[in-house]
Amino acid sequence: MSSNQNKKITDYDIEQLIGQVLRYGVLISGTVAIIGGIWYLFQKGSGIADYRTFNGEPASFTSLTGILKGLGSGSATEIIQFGVVILIATPIIRIVFSLISFMLEKDRLYIVVTLIVLLIILFSMFGGLAI
Amino acid sequence: MTILSFTLILLLGAYLAGLAGSLTGLGGGVVIIPLLTLFFHVDIRYAIGAALVASIATSSGSASAYVKEGITNVRLGMFLEIATTTGAVLGAILAIYTPVNLVAILFGVMLIFSAAMTLRKKNEAALLVGSKLSYALKLNGSYPTKDGPVAYKLKNIGGGFSIMTLAGMLSGLLGIGSGALKVLAMDTAMRVPFRVSTTTSNFMVGVTAAASAVVYLQRGYIDPGIAFPVIIGVLAGAFTGSKLLMRINVNSLKLIFSVAITLIALNMIYNGLNHKF
Repeated sequence: MSSNQNKKITDYDIEQLIGQVLRYGVLISGTVAIIGGIWYLFQKGSGIADYRTFNGEPASFTSLTGILKGLGSGSATEIIQFGVVILIATPIIRIVFSLISFMLEKDRLYIVVTLIVLLIILFSMFGGLAI
Repeated sequence: MTILSFTLILLLGAYLAGLAGSLTGLGGGVVIIPLLTLFFHVDIRYAIGAALVASIATSSGSASAYVKEGITNVRLGMFLEIATTTGAVLGAILAIYTPVNLVAILFGVMLIFSAAMTLRKKNEAALLVGSKLSYALKLNGSYPTKDGPVAYKLKNIGGGFSIMTLAGMLSGLLGIGSGALKVLAMDTAMRVPFRVSTTTSNFMVGVTAAASAVVYLQRGYIDPGIAFPVIIGVLAGAFTGSKLLMRINVNSLKLIFSVAITLIALNMIYNGLNHKF
């Protein structure tokens, strides 16, 4: 029964699913960024914008734990960064969904191809390339 | 400039960038970097971070529509993403050793190339016989048209894969989607019909940009005060663009935009040569 259902999954279904993942990812990250942004302007709107020199960003903006910690305390800048994280995660989650659908299709070649892409991104994330 | 006025002007600029990017197919990131560096005098590293975010936003936003229409070749995109993500990681490593002036000059050169690419003659003919590898990798496909689905076959997979690695590297180094190079690899080398190559390239930009964005986020290139007007502006602009695209003829617009982009590019190269970054 279940293998019968699996056979019905076509490229068309996969494309519809991937389309939805991308759409919701963008909508959610945009909404989070707007909420954080409006709050940020209320708090700091009258300050002076100065980005002439590169200082990097504090740990609370550059690591997931830092962003989540700031999010817990309701800090506007970390809410925006959380929106950015959702946006960056969207194409990565899309790859995970592609992987699942190739598995359901039993397309071995593309299961391997998708895993390679996923591994490269994971290496980029945790490979200590930040320096 | 106060943060409020900086945000509002950047929001408007990002909106126009997203609009122009989606109408011409260049993507949102290309305009964001000169806007931030030349107009707002923002350090180019923050500009690169913002452009990456903009590239992901426009790519994911418009890909969601294209994928559903069934034009995008998902397998081809996935296979070539091996090349572009590897390139993007290499580019992000290379960025540490590249002086910012050189980054600005490279960006200018890439911009002129992109402008020229938007005016090129498009390849619409579908190849009838593909190379052996194209069958082995299941890269051939078909796309819907008014007169029914059109099947196409691909060749020179190795050549296309190599150009894609370079495209990914430049994307990781400069923070842009490198859509122009991606289309070149697919159109010219692999003979993908342009409707398929444009949408598949756009589909890949998000993953490629995400591969280097995770590095740049950790390096502190992505500032929340710049990121949020850029995300919102570019998304709104790209959305308007996709609605307008069906109603207006973009040919004259592409010409104007290409000239404008070339002038901006020359400005970037000039400032880069004079060490103004």
